Amino acid sequence: MTKTQDVFLIDGARTPFLKVRGKRGPFTPVDLAVQCGRPLLARQPFSADAFDMVILGCVNVIADEMNPARVAALRLGMGDAMVAFTVQINCGSGMQSIDTAFRTIREGSGDLILAGGAEALSHAPLVLQDDAVDWLAGMQTASGPLATAQNALQIRPKHLKPVVGLERGLTDPITDMSMGQTAELLAHHFGITRSMADTYAVESHTRLAAAQQDGTFAHEVLPAFDRDGNVYCDDDGVRADSSVDKLRGLKPVFEKPYGQVTAGNSSQVTDGASWCILASADAVKAHDLTPIARLVDSEWAALDPSVMGLGPVMSVTPLLSRHGYGVADVDLWEINEAFAAQVLACLAAWQDPRFCRDVLGLDDSFGVIPRDKLNIHGGAIALGHPVGTSGNRIVLHLANALKATGARRGVATECIGGGQGGAMILEAV
Amino acid sequence: MNMTLQEYLKSSELELGNTSDAPGGEHWRYNVSDDQIGWLVLNCKDASVNTISDTVLRELETHLERIEADMPRALVLRSGKPAGFAAGADIHALAGMDADDTGQLLRDGHALLHRLAGLSCPTIAVVHGAALGAGFEIALACDYRIAIEGASFGLPEVRLGLHPGLGGTVRLPELIDPLQAMQMMLTGKTAHTRRAKDLGIADMVIEERHLRNAILAVVHGEVHHQTRGLMGKAFGLSAARILAADRMRREVQKKAPKEHYPAPYALIDNWAEHGNDPDEMQKAEIASFAGLLQTETSKNLIRAFMLRQRLKQGAKAMDDIARVHVIGAGVMGAEIAAWIAMQGKQVTVSDPDESALGKMIAQAARLCKDTHKDNLQTRDTLDRLMPDPKGYGVRNADLVIEAGPENPETKASIFADLDSRMKAGAILATNTSSLQLAGLTNHVPEKTRFAGLHFFNPVSKVPLVELVSHDATSADTRARLMAFCKGIDKLPVAVSDAPGFLVNRALMPYLLEALLLMDEGTSKTQIDRAAIDFGMPMGPVTLADQVGLDICLDVAESLNTSLDSPVADIPALLRNKVAAGDLGRKTGRGFYDWSDGTLKPGENAKTPPDLTDRLILPMLNACAECLRKGVVGGVDDLDAAMIFATGFAPFRGGPMTYAAARGYDTIRQRLSDLETAHGARFAPDPYWTTHA
Repeated sequence: MTKTQDVFLIDGARTPFLKVRGKRGPFTPVDLAVQCGRPLLARQPFSADAFDMVILGCVNVIADEMNPARVAALRLGMGDAMVAFTVQINCGSGMQSIDTAFRTIREGSGDLILAGGAEALSHAPLVLQDDAVDWLAGMQTASGPLATAQNALQIRPKHLKPVVGLERGLTDPITDMSMGQTAELLAHHFGITRSMADTYAVESHTRLAAAQQDGTFAHEVLPAFDRDGNVYCDDDGVRADSSVDKLRGLKPVFEKPYGQVTAGNSSQVTDGASWCILASADAVKAHDLTPIARLVDSEWAALDPSVMGLGPVMSVTPLLSRHGYGVADVDLWEINEAFAAQVLACLAAWQDPRFCRDVLGLDDSFGVIPRDKLNIHGGAIALGHPVGTSGNRIVLHLANALKATGARRGVATECIGGGQGGAMILEAV
Repeated sequence: MNMTLQEYLKSSELELGNTSDAPGGEHWRYNVSDDQIGWLVLNCKDASVNTISDTVLRELETHLERIEADMPRALVLRSGKPAGFAAGADIHALAGMDADDTGQLLRDGHALLHRLAGLSCPTIAVVHGAALGAGFEIALACDYRIAIEGASFGLPEVRLGLHPGLGGTVRLPELIDPLQAMQMMLTGKTAHTRRAKDLGIADMVIEERHLRNAILAVVHGEVHHQTRGLMGKAFGLSAARILAADRMRREVQKKAPKEHYPAPYALIDNWAEHGNDPDEMQKAEIASFAGLLQTETSKNLIRAFMLRQRLKQGAKAMDDIARVHVIGAGVMGAEIAAWIAMQGKQVTVSDPDESALGKMIAQAARLCKDTHKDNLQTRDTLDRLMPDPKGYGVRNADLVIEAGPENPETKASIFADLDSRMKAGAILATNTSSLQLAGLTNHVPEKTRFAGLHFFNPVSKVPLVELVSHDATSADTRARLMAFCKGIDKLPVAVSDAPGFLVNRALMPYLLEALLLMDEGTSKTQIDRAAIDFGMPMGPVTLADQVGLDICLDVAESLNTSLDSPVADIPALLRNKVAAGDLGRKTGRGFYDWSDGTLKPGENAKTPPDLTDRLILPMLNACAECLRKGVVGGVDDLDAAMIFATGFAPFRGGPMTYAAARGYDTIRQRLSDLETAHGARFAPDPYWTTHA
C-alpha cells in the first residue's frame, strides 16, 4: 500500500438554514453557496485560486445552474482554471463532497479542496404531467393550422395541474414509499412510540435554541443578505418554546390516522448551504493554517430502500470495527435527524443483541449512545434538512463541537433516501 | 507558458484587411484584399483614440483619389484602434479657430464627405466601440453601417454648445426618423448597439468574427436598408416641421434656457427652415456652427470638456488596487462601496449594524437597475460586494476606505483596530468631509500611506473626488489613488489638508448665505430660483437638503473654528432642523419635504436685485482664498472641481473663469459694496487685488 497523506478540516461556514414557507426563498442553491463561501474565503490567509478543486453536493439542481459547483466557483472569484464538479447521492451529497475531497488528498492527488453542499428546496421545480408534456410536444410539431387546432382541442384541465417535484423527490422510486413512511416502518420494527419521538424532537429544538444564544455558531453560521436588503442571521425553523404537550396535538402526516411521524418530529424542509475546506499536511504548512480536525476514515453502505433510515447503523458499524473502536471510543455523535423515529430506531438497533449479532455480525449489542453525546447542539428537526447540504453541515459542526468541548473523537453519519448510509470519523487536532 | 489563454485570444481581435503593412500616411492605411475589397483603416498616430482633425481629413482626401482611380468592389472603412471608431472632431484645434477659418474647414470637410458618399462602389462603415461627432458623420457618409456588438453612435456636439458640423444635421434626419434624429442631436445622447439598429442607424449588428461574411453579404446585394417610413416623408412638409419645432423648443427651454444655451435653438431653426432642402441645410449648418463656436457658452463648455480630459489624464500610474474594504455602511460608505463594486473591483464592507449592510445591498441592486445593468451584470456586481460584519476583508484589501461617523475619537479607534491587520503596502483613506487629516494621523498605521478620498453625495451622480494629502502623504500614495479614481470612473482633484478642503470650503459661504437670506425673509424657492437662473443645477437650499443638514452643520462648525477669515454665523434655522432630526433628503424632510423622494422647485419666483451676487460672490471669494493659500493646484483644477462636484454652471467655465469674465476688479468692488451693506463676511480676499 502506498503511503497516504493526512487530511485536515481547516475551516468551514454555512448559511443560516431558512425554512421553506410556501413560496420561493430569496436564494438559489448557488446564491446560498456564494453567500457563505465569500466570507469563508475572505477569512483565509491564501487566495481563492489557491484551491485544487471545488466539489459541491446538490440534489435539486435548477435549470439556470447546471453543475452548480462550477457556477459557484466562478461566482466566488476562484478563477477560470478552477476545476469544479457536483456530486449527488441524495441526503448524503454534502458528505459525499467531503469524502471525495478527503480521498483525493489522502491519495496525494490534491492539497487544498473546497467541499460543500447547497440546496434550495423552495426552488424545487414544478413539473408538468407526462400527458401535458405530450400535448405540448404535439403543439410544437403540428404542421399547419388545422393540425394545430386539432391538437389544441385536446388539452384537458388535469394537464394544468403540475407535479410537485419535491414531493416526488422525497418518494422512493423503487418502493413508492415516502421517506416518512420508511420512518413509520422503522418505528414499528424497533418499538419507537409517538411520545419517544416527540420527546426527542423537543430536545432538538431546545438544544439548538440554547446554542444560538450562547454563541456556539458565531464562526460557523454567517449572515446572508438578499437583494431586497433582508438579513438572515440564524436558522429560522427553531422553536425555543417547543414542548411535548404542543407536539402531541399534531396529526400524523404520512400514515393517517394511526401513524406517529408528524411534522413536529420530522426534519424541516429548508434552504441552506455549507462549505468545508480540506487540506493536506503540506498545505497546512505552506499556508500556516490551524486545522480544526483530522479526517480519519469514511464508509458508505447500502440497504433495503424501505428501511433507509438504518443507513447510519449499516455504515458506522463496519467503519468503527475496522479501527477496533467501540461506542466508548467515540466522544461526540452527529446523526442527521431525518426523523426522530428514525434516529431512535438506529439507537435501538445498536442496543438490540439479536439485531447486532444476526445483521451486523457483532458478538453482542453494539451499545448505548448516550443522548448527551448525540447532536449536542440540536439537529435537522430544529434547523431543517436541505438535503444536499446536511451531510456537510454535520461534519463541519462535529469538527467545531469537538474543538469547543475538548473532545477527541467524533462520528458524523446520515441516512440516505434510496437506501444508503454514510459515515465519517473525525479527530480533534 | 508566458501568456495566459485570454492574452493569446486577445491578440487577434480586429479584422483589418491586412492593412497593417499597407501604404498610407500617418493616420490612414489602405489595402485591397484578394477578393477586391478595399480596406481603409483609420489609426491616428500617437493616440489611443481616433479624433477627426484637419490632417486626418486631408489624408483621407489623398486616399479617395486613389480609390476613385482604381475602384474596388466595395470599400470598408473602419478604425484600427481597439478603443473604438472615432471620438469626434479635434476639439483642441477647433477651440482656437476664428469664424472664417472654421467655415473654410467645414466647407472642405463637407466636400470631402460628399466625395466619399459619391463613390460608385458600395461603402461600408464598420463600427466597433463609439462613433461620436465627426466620427459618426464620416460613417453617415457611407452607404452601409455594420455595428459590431457593443458599438454606439452619437452626436454630442450640443454638450459643447455646438451642433454637428460635418453634415450630421443633414444626413441623420435623412437616414432615420427626423424626430428621432433631432432628439439625438438635441440631447447629445448615444444610441447603443440595439437602439442604433432599431433606429436604422446600423444596418446590422454582428460579432467581429462574422465581419468577412457580413461584408460579402453587402457586396452580393443581400443587405437592404430599412425604409424611413411615413414619418420621414411627413416632415418634408414645412408646416409639419414648424409644428414639431415649436414643441422641441418648449422641451429644450425646460432644461437649457436660450440665453445660456443657443446651440439647440440654432439646430431647431435650421431644420424647421431647411429640413426639406439638403443643400440649404448644409449651408445653414456650416454658418451656424461657425457662429456658435465663437460664443462664450461654447468656449466655456469646451473648456469644461477639456478640464474633464485633464482630470482623467492626471493619473499616470497603473491602477494596482483590486480589493477595497470600506468601513461603515452609512449613506456615503454604502454608495461608495456599491459604486466601486459596479466598476469591477472586489469590495468588502464592515459595519457593526448588519441591517445597514442589508440596506446597502438593496441600494446597490437599485443602482444597477437605475444604470440599466442586465441580470448578469447585476449578479456579478452584487457578488463582488460582500457585506462583511466581521471585517475579514481588511487583511486582503489594497485600499481601506474609512467612512465612519465624523468623530475624531471614533475614527481613532477604527484606525487603531486596523493597525496590525492591513496588508503590507495597503493604503488607508478617509472619506471625512469636515475633519482635517492632520488631527487623525497619530492613529493611522502608516502616515505615508494615509490620505483623504472625499466622495460627494450622491456618489453615483457626482463625478468628482477630492484627493486630500496631509504633510506626510507620499507621492506614491497620491499617484496610486489618482489611478484608482480613474479605475472607478471618477475625476480626482488633488487638494491640500485645509479646513473643508476645496469644494466644501467654497460651497459653505454660499449655503450659509442662502440660509441667512431665508432668515431675512426671502423665500427658499426664490433663493433656489436665483441660483438655477444663474446656471446652477439646483438651488442652495435644495443642495443643503441633498448633502444632509447634519453634514452641512458639521462642516460649517469646523470651518467656523478653523478659518481665519470671517464666516457667516451659523443660522439658528440650521441648528433647529438638525436638532429636530430633519436632516434633508435622507430623512425625508429638511427645508423641503422629500417624503416621496423628489422635489419640485418653485417656478415663477421673482429674483430681487443683489440676490444672485449675494449667493455667488461669497463662493467666488472662498475660491480666491483657496487659490491664495494653495489648497488646490491652480485655476483649472479649481474650476474643474467646482464644475464636477457642484455642477457650477458649466457654460460659465467654472467660478474663476466667470470671475475673470466679469473682471477681478469688478468682483472685488461688488464684494466691498456687499461688505458695507451686510458685514465682514463679504470682505474681498487679497487674491482679487494681487491677481487683478
